[in-house]
Amino acid sequence: MRIVVCVKHVPDMASDPGFTADHRVDRDGVQGRLSELDEHAVEQALRVLDAAPDTHLTYLTVGPAAAAEALRRALAMGGHAAVHVSDDAIAGSDAPATALVLAAALRRLEPDLVLCAMASTDGGTSLVPAMLAEHLALPQLTFAAELTVEPGTATVRIRRDGSRATEELRATLPAVVSVTDRTGEARYPSFKGIMAAKKKPLETWNLADLGVPADQVGAGAARTVVDAITARPPRTAGTALPDEGEGGLRLADFLSGQKFV
Amino acid sequence: MAEVLVLIGHIEGQIRKPGLELLTLARELGTPVAVCAGPGLDAEVIRTLARYGAHRVHLVESGELEDHPVGWVQVLADLAATAPQAVLLESTPEGREIAARLAVRLGSGVLTDAVDVRPGPEGPVVTQWAFAAGYEVTARVVTGVPVIAVKPNAVAPVPLAEEIEPEISRSGLDLDEASLRTHVVSRAVRHSTGRPQLTEAEVVVSGGRGLGGADHFELVERLADALGGAVGASRAAVDAGWYPHTHQVGQTGVTVSPQLYVALGISGAIQHRAGMQTSKTIVAVNKDREAPIFDLADHGVVGDLFSVVPQLLDEIARRRR
Repeated sequence: MRIVVCVKHVPDMASDPGFTADHRVDRDGVQGRLSELDEHAVEQALRVLDAAPDTHLTYLTVGPAAAAEALRRALAMGGHAAVHVSDDAIAGSDAPATALVLAAALRRLEPDLVLCAMASTDGGTSLVPAMLAEHLALPQLTFAAELTVEPGTATVRIRRDGSRATEELRATLPAVVSVTDRTGEARYPSFKGIMAAKKKPLETWNLADLGVPADQVGAGAARTVVDAITARPPRTAGTALPDEGEGGLRLADFLSGQKFV
Repeated sequence: MAEVLVLIGHIEGQIRKPGLELLTLARELGTPVAVCAGPGLDAEVIRTLARYGAHRVHLVESGELEDHPVGWVQVLADLAATAPQAVLLESTPEGREIAARLAVRLGSGVLTDAVDVRPGPEGPVVTQWAFAAGYEVTARVVTGVPVIAVKPNAVAPVPLAEEIEPEISRSGLDLDEASLRTHVVSRAVRHSTGRPQLTEAEVVVSGGRGLGGADHFELVERLADALGGAVGASRAAVDAGWYPHTHQVGQTGVTVSPQLYVALGISGAIQHRAGMQTSKTIVAVNKDREAPIFDLADHGVVGDLFSVVPQLLDEIARRRR
């Protein structure tokens, strides 16, 4: 079985990134990392690999040169190979254009299972997994809280906590699955893993390699436009009083004053 | 005015609040068309949809969408051939996966997590929050039929002043191969707790690590009931198995924006703050004066929640007597 995990190199939210004048994420002086939620998708792939050692596991990303760091980090957790799609024309791509490029790469990699995180930690739209499924005419299972891969019957099952119901869904492979952090704790790369990752094959492809016309991606092809971004005023802390025996009464006063009681 | 397609989710004909919120937004943009399928859609349901602005109710006569939810993409793509002003869906797991796939099929742009949608000279203008609600973003779809997923509770549902008689249209459905390959094996509809839904509630009372155990969530529930609110939980409390994941407030759980948010024994990690810091009023009870939750709280009590909350409950009861 062949698994491809799509990963993203994102600004570390702990370093408090902002936006540039042209409404892009300002990465200047901001540390980048493998998106934290992607680690759960990597973990699920590694669990399949642990159970079925003939599984081949590849990581795929789209992004500038620094995005290769995310691939090395994933490779340090385990798996076999990585593909980095990089091309100056891709800069500023929205979710549809990103999905177009990833789908073109996936057609070459021919996986039985495509795994993604539920969302990136920067854009956070959760759109790409279902978009990949549409491009590749594959079934999709999104927002999995639990994932079971059954290579024998070529099926994948998930449990999803939706807005109205908890559902168990099943799809036949090949399929695209996105997983939440509920699927389980991700393993930490070992020193041995980090050393081994340096020797694992990492290929770089550009748009011409994939046959994707440059005018279909990048800021110029974006199907949405941002008119304005404004920082919201930070919340100002109100009073925080120590409870000296009447904390509950004072809280009741506050809630009454605000008409909640 | 051009039509606005609104996907209405329901359980056995029970229309939930987010569907009515979508209709409320849709009628500012154009002529709302409520699109729905499944059992229980009787005359009363159709009247409810009309009361909130549906000029037309489109019924998909297919039992297959229950088992193959990806089939909604095909339904909406067919209806969108008439070039509506927009397609509105809920920004929930179910809604987003349809929105994403639909946008690719239509060659459209898509925006998720809308907290407001307004008409503009060049189509709908969408407001979103970015980076844990630290930024407000206004954006538009510039290619194709705009596909917009709106967060529950973004607006209050407002009925029309006068009744309208909606047009009814119907279509069948012949599902494509990819839709058929995703099956719902089982579905456990969340049983009503008698409390409001977390995403829809005006008041949310949440418990965290400071509760110390599953049994103590009863205290959170009692305060929620006293305030007519929903119960939330921090990731720490959910990970400890004290409360179900469906109640998790935060980046990877539910994002809430109620009038009042009460945090009990929650430190306020960035993960949690991302899910609640747009609440109108925030109240916190925590033992640790240094807990970051106090940076957000309009009113904080530094103390033991096991003495503060019972006292508060008694006082609420006394004032209501």
